[in-house]
Amino acid sequence: MSATGGAQAAAAAAESAPVEATGTFRGSGFGKEPTALSDFLARFDHKVIPYVLISPFFILFTAFGLYPLFYNGVVSFQNWTGFTNQGWIGFTNYSRVFGDAGFWRALGNTFGIFLLSTVPQLLLALILAALLNRRLRAQNFFRVGILLPYVTPIVASTLIFAQVFGRDHGIINSFLGNFGIHHTTPSGGFNGIDWRNTSLSSWTAIATMVNWKWIGYNALLYLSAMQSIPKDVYEAAALDGAGAWKQLWKITVPMIRPMVLFTVVLSTIGGLQLFTEPMLFEQNAQAATGGTHGQWQTVAQLIYKTGWKVGDLSYAAAMSWVMFFIIVILAGFNALIANRLGGGGR
Amino acid sequence: MTQSVVAQSKGAAAEHVAAAPGAPPPLKRAKAAYLGRSPQDTPASIWNYVFLVVAILGSAFPIYWMFVISSGTDATLAHIPPDIVPKSFANLQHNVQVVLGMTSDTATGRTYSAADFSNAFVNSVLVTAIVTAGMLFFCSLAGFAFAKLRFKGRDPLMVIVLLTLTIPNQLGVVALYIVMVRLHWQEQLISVIVPALVSAFGVFYMRQFIQDSVPDELVESARVDGASTFRVYWNLVLPIVRPALGVLGLLTAVGTWNEFQWALITLGAGPNPTIGVALSKLASGNYVNYRIVISGSLLATLPLILLLFAAGKQIVKGIMEGALKA
Repeated sequence: MSATGGAQAAAAAAESAPVEATGTFRGSGFGKEPTALSDFLARFDHKVIPYVLISPFFILFTAFGLYPLFYNGVVSFQNWTGFTNQGWIGFTNYSRVFGDAGFWRALGNTFGIFLLSTVPQLLLALILAALLNRRLRAQNFFRVGILLPYVTPIVASTLIFAQVFGRDHGIINSFLGNFGIHHTTPSGGFNGIDWRNTSLSSWTAIATMVNWKWIGYNALLYLSAMQSIPKDVYEAAALDGAGAWKQLWKITVPMIRPMVLFTVVLSTIGGLQLFTEPMLFEQNAQAATGGTHGQWQTVAQLIYKTGWKVGDLSYAAAMSWVMFFIIVILAGFNALIANRLGGGGR
Repeated sequence: MTQSVVAQSKGAAAEHVAAAPGAPPPLKRAKAAYLGRSPQDTPASIWNYVFLVVAILGSAFPIYWMFVISSGTDATLAHIPPDIVPKSFANLQHNVQVVLGMTSDTATGRTYSAADFSNAFVNSVLVTAIVTAGMLFFCSLAGFAFAKLRFKGRDPLMVIVLLTLTIPNQLGVVALYIVMVRLHWQEQLISVIVPALVSAFGVFYMRQFIQDSVPDELVESARVDGASTFRVYWNLVLPIVRPALGVLGLLTAVGTWNEFQWALITLGAGPNPTIGVALSKLASGNYVNYRIVISGSLLATLPLILLLFAAGKQIVKGIMEGALKA
């Protein structure tokens, strides 16, 4: 409520500003003595208006970003049934999380998918960026073209990938069948792999979707960093006779280390909150079970299921906080590792 | 200026290519001359182009595949091996009309109502338009204040904005949902609009742009002439930063149109889904027809593909510039 009030106040103040503007303009333009009112308005304009201009961000962010994160912590120490708080229960929800095999399984799945998606994603993005970092014809065509996945809604792309990875009619299995990869089951046989059946195969399918989505975007991030490397660095390197591949790993990558760190942190934060792909990979897209044995259920999915399918909001809140700390620690850890790898001489 | 540079580099590239088909020695000499150059001054080799074309084909394939499935029938969907070319335009038209609720499916006799998909499309257009407009207004206001106005606590407040960039606030969804329930906003579009109206990235991006492109003297002289702060923003700053507004607007529109997780949580059970939520509903339950689901996916993707065609250069620019600044 306070947020809307604030926003309205800000909007009202903003609206009144032009009126006051014409007032002061006339006052000074015609060389009249400043009146008490115009003086007040001018001081108001200098002292207060700046805060009015930045207030929408702070009000909205506090109300719908910071406060929920904090309140999430409060709820996690309480016992809620539906939308009513039944009272404080201390660390009960947290000890439940640590003893919950389902949570650990989801965490394992999340990390599995995360590794299979982040490592190839960033490596391929680097190579793609290096390919783009040349004097190219149709430069814009290539740069825009690799953004097709970025603009495609994840829901839509996941639904089509769910077809592509289909067991019986998917094009990937049809392709694998050409190489003799074939399964026979009691009920008959099929070409290729039953992608949804095991952990590793389902992680691979989901990781493929994530890689597809983000390689081009990350390549542009790397490209922008590559183009700001001073050119004379390469002149010096040429004396040693470094070829293109060697140049990439010995000069370009170390020079764009800050950007690599940035993408590592970004993909850690994004990858560990993975939700849409595992959700829609499922035959029943809103079930949030992540396969018959939860073999690809991620933590974000489990939180959704616990909070909105089971209706245990405070337990879902506790899981969110555990996940929050894991992400913060891991993002820091990954940044450290990436820093070391880039900094240490090869 | 930039035009001439492009023309020049194009000319140089043509020279190189022209030299290439000739005798091998000049090619070798050219290669040696390029060795000391930075990668972006080195003309791309043929393999470079081959790999890039492969990357583009890979990027486009799933979208092409949507098109293939949407233009087929249930029978073509079950073909082994799958058909790899679009079947017929008439099928595509029919499938699209079915998912939009304009006609019933001849194959299954099923009718989809407007509530299944069409309304969601309209909802997504509405949400995207409002969020984008709000984002541009609020972020440029704040960016202007941080870039050009002097006030107490400006620098610490800017640091706070930057710090909020790193918070994974998706993890507060449980409490955010409780907040929405208290406001009686759950299941209403306002619940996905209001939290998305500002972003730390937007404020930061606009601040950088305004700092670099609006001269202090211009602001000062307008002030001396008696223009109020808001008038300076409206009449002076906004026209100058129009390119940045375009970029931020495009990135915001793409992000808003594609948002799914929060929309599913707050709108999933209600009568006002966004397009992603509607698609997930079509793909759930006991009866799912993938030909229809994929036709819907194609419709959901199409506006963004058109946006990419129309303004791809700006989107690329936004991503690359934003990255350098952040």
